[in-house]
Amino acid sequence: MAAKAFWPVAIALILAAIGLTQLLANEYYFFAAYVVLQFVVLATAWNILGGYTGYVNFGSAAFFAVGAYCSVALIKAFDAPLPVLILAAGAVSGLIGLATGYLTLRLKGVYFAIATLALAIVLETFITNWDFVGGASGTFVLRPKEVWLFDSYIKFLFAVMMVLAVAAVGIARSIERSKLGRGLAAIRDDEVAAECMGVPTLRLKLLATTISGTLMGVAGAPYPYYVTYLDPLSAFNLSYAVNAIAMPMIGGTMTWLGPVVGALLLGTAQQVATVTISSELNLLIVGVMLVGFVILAPEGIVGLVRKTIRRGRRR
Amino acid sequence: MTRTGGERIRAWALAGALIVATIGAAAWGPGARAADPIRVGFGMALTGGLAAAGKAALLAMEIWAQDTNDAGGLLGREVALVYYDDQSNPANVPGIYTKLLSIDQVDLVVSGYGTNLIAPAMPIMMSRDLVFMGLFGLAVNEQFDYDNYFQIMPAGPDPRLDWSRGFFSLAETLAPKPKTLAIVGADAEFSRNAMIGARAHAEAAALEIVYDRTYPPATVDYSPIVRAIQATKPNLVYVASYPPDSVGILRAAKEIGLKARMFGGGMVGLQYASIQTKLGPMLNGIVNYDFWVPEPTLNFPGINEFLAKYQAVAGDAGVDPLGYYLPPYAYSYVQVLGQAVEATQSLDHKILGAYIHGHEFDTVVGKVEFGANGEWARTRVLLVQFQGIEDKSLEQFTRPGSRVVLYPEEWVSGTLDYPYAE
Amino acid sequence: MFTFDLLANAIVAGVLLGGFYTAVSLGLTIAFGRLDVVNIAHPAFVILGSYTAYMVNAAFGVDPVLAGLAFTPAFFAIGVGIYRVYHASFERRGDESLRGLAFFFGLMFIVEVALILVYGVDYRLVDAPYIGATVSFGFVGVPMRMLVPFALALIMTIALQQYFVRTFMGRAIMAVSQDRLALQLMGADPTRVKQLAFGIALATASLAGAMLIVIGPVEPSMGRLYIGRVFAIVVLGGMGSVGGTLIAALLLGVIESLTATFYGPSWAPAVAFGFLLFALAVRPQGLFGR
Repeated sequence: MAAKAFWPVAIALILAAIGLTQLLANEYYFFAAYVVLQFVVLATAWNILGGYTGYVNFGSAAFFAVGAYCSVALIKAFDAPLPVLILAAGAVSGLIGLATGYLTLRLKGVYFAIATLALAIVLETFITNWDFVGGASGTFVLRPKEVWLFDSYIKFLFAVMMVLAVAAVGIARSIERSKLGRGLAAIRDDEVAAECMGVPTLRLKLLATTISGTLMGVAGAPYPYYVTYLDPLSAFNLSYAVNAIAMPMIGGTMTWLGPVVGALLLGTAQQVATVTISSELNLLIVGVMLVGFVILAPEGIVGLVRKTIRRGRRR
Repeated sequence: MTRTGGERIRAWALAGALIVATIGAAAWGPGARAADPIRVGFGMALTGGLAAAGKAALLAMEIWAQDTNDAGGLLGREVALVYYDDQSNPANVPGIYTKLLSIDQVDLVVSGYGTNLIAPAMPIMMSRDLVFMGLFGLAVNEQFDYDNYFQIMPAGPDPRLDWSRGFFSLAETLAPKPKTLAIVGADAEFSRNAMIGARAHAEAAALEIVYDRTYPPATVDYSPIVRAIQATKPNLVYVASYPPDSVGILRAAKEIGLKARMFGGGMVGLQYASIQTKLGPMLNGIVNYDFWVPEPTLNFPGINEFLAKYQAVAGDAGVDPLGYYLPPYAYSYVQVLGQAVEATQSLDHKILGAYIHGHEFDTVVGKVEFGANGEWARTRVLLVQFQGIEDKSLEQFTRPGSRVVLYPEEWVSGTLDYPYAE
Repeated sequence: MFTFDLLANAIVAGVLLGGFYTAVSLGLTIAFGRLDVVNIAHPAFVILGSYTAYMVNAAFGVDPVLAGLAFTPAFFAIGVGIYRVYHASFERRGDESLRGLAFFFGLMFIVEVALILVYGVDYRLVDAPYIGATVSFGFVGVPMRMLVPFALALIMTIALQQYFVRTFMGRAIMAVSQDRLALQLMGADPTRVKQLAFGIALATASLAGAMLIVIGPVEPSMGRLYIGRVFAIVVLGGMGSVGGTLIAALLLGVIESLTATFYGPSWAPAVAFGFLLFALAVRPQGLFGR
């Protein structure tokens, strides 16, 4: 498919999603698909920093939770509509990404990783002690009774998440192809060399953390309406951080397609496992797949497929 | 990196195939079958932080299904449990219940364990007008105000206040009357609510609150906290804690020699045999809430048979060996639903809801009657005191007298031993 | 509420807590600080250590700390095994920063789930005669439950320090991340040195785990709570300095304890990590960095 075809396909996907909400009555698929799409956004966001730039973020859950709690605060204070929630959540998470980056990105990459760990705990403590958004006891969020065009709220949320996912992937893809993307790749390959060649490394890295943080916050913004009960323990759940890393790693970190493939595959596997295996074993899936892939297929699924294709062509 | 169009097409094809696979895999799940048995659906915490409780609850529910089927089932049909692991994660709950309802097409639904895992299912129940039996949720319905929600934990009509009513009623009877109170609890859902109740009681009783703090669940050493409490010299110490912190606080209190007339209140975990047998005599004098203890006043019909069945399999399942705290209630909340179905000869949720509201039920945890908000019409949060614990053997906790009931009046089986330490 | 009595006790409690933190962090000081192996699964292995101690204690009534000691060789072997895989898969390919991190992340999850599969998620406790006892020095009371781990941690710290300073292999470990060439000239194979060091690092987890379960109840996913703390200590301690780790851990313990006593325990973790973030921003080489 030519490069031009991306956006038409993207728009077709969104339209198809909206069409599905009108045709398919069974709500379960939308609940499940919402979660998978949410992981597409998270994985894509993580990859902008992790895959393109080579900086590991362990605190994806924190950015996600900030987005979700930003929504809660705005719903409680102004009863703000969903688009406003999404924009605000993106802005706040983006700012936090920028600040974290500013504090730590002048250091070796691993310090950034540790700082994101610490950041998650500081933010969780803050939310736990902020009673306006429910604090430690959590808070209930009632969904709006009706929503235009859709016969149930979850279908609407699904459509929204589809738009967000397509947008996130579109952004990642544009970055990959832009001067910014090449700069980030240079940083990943050899930061010192990039610096010497005149790449404004700090500025590019800050841009990447901000974009990545924004997208994670955006992914979290509709979440309160999805669960209807939010507490810090579940919002800062480690599974977001694990999945945000595992999905791009399994899919492949070099292109925008990798996180998408990883999220679809792993996200679906988890959804299916939840309603079939129903045991500790389904937790094991993520861990084993992650370790297996990083050892045996460091380029991820996309890399594997590409290698196979190349080999096929040579024959 | 240069890439050719052909590669890209293949990459897209791969993505497309994956999307198709996603939808396909979801559709292939165990689908709806026009099945004979009456299916009771729920999500339960079988992994994650609440799994110890969730697994014990599941065991009790399986015993109920067995008992019911041995007695001929419901409406002449067998009952079957359909359940999924919610992994103690609220995020999984909406998906699980929509799956249960729209794909497995279960006839009846009950909740998983705990407030956090009940609340996310509420909007789904409300949009479909289903009867929803809750298992150990604290004041869930306060927000939703849903008519067909019923909750089995005997917290009472005003859960937050009723929770600590026993502790503060008893405090009133101490001579001399206590003047000061310290409140401490974990930064988590249950304890925050319990603390709100304790503060309200303190205000009503004109107790001066000299310490009122929360601590994070990850706290390693509780000595600094207990010492800070000790420094305020409170007459009463009300603790709202979760299992690991209950142990930590208790040990620290013993080590430091915490002095108070009454100590305890809302400590989760001290009801579990696994923790009791590790703490042993350290428990003596603690007053704490409980839901069932083997006292003669609480010898309800059926409870001993149930516990015998439970204890016979608890070891293999790796859950609490005695099972006094949660399992009888997990048995009862499906028992209530089953009795309603039999009495009305119906699976219509409107009829069931109306029947449950209007009737009293005879369960293994005694007579249960629900109030307008779906909580027990009258509270039966027991206040018990550990007395005469000599060692760390399991057997002594099965004997009457090891935890005497001090409140409510109706169930009292002993007298308060005070002060805790002076 | 401020009294001198309270202050003294808070500091003592903090120091004792810091001792335990040292024991948990030392393994990472070696792995992360000396070998550049970012083993975020370390706390998970500490929990594994708690469970082995629990198992032996429950089955044979052996003192948990002795059990922890007895299992150090097993943990050493696991460490050697992990390092071999890590080296072959990531280090040799120069791929440790991204994929190596992900590898340990996955490993952490696997250890945790394996523990859940075997033991369930119940909290486990151990029996030992010193649990519950207190020794008093004037108005300062010291719980034995905290004192035993503290003493053990001190012994561990000194032993490791001496090993690194006095023995040939110890010095080789200290040098391995700085000057591979010199090491090779000395006739030591850097990979073997790192393998040994990683084994030692993991062996400390066995002991630290035993201490953890002496202090309080343990359940499988508890390790996550320590990741942040442990990294904070290692970084503040100056990455790879055994003495620095001790001081940083004591400092963190005291700060947490003081916050819990005087300000409110709720904020204790945030204060500690806020401190780390600040330190990373202002003095990234750690408090005692080279």
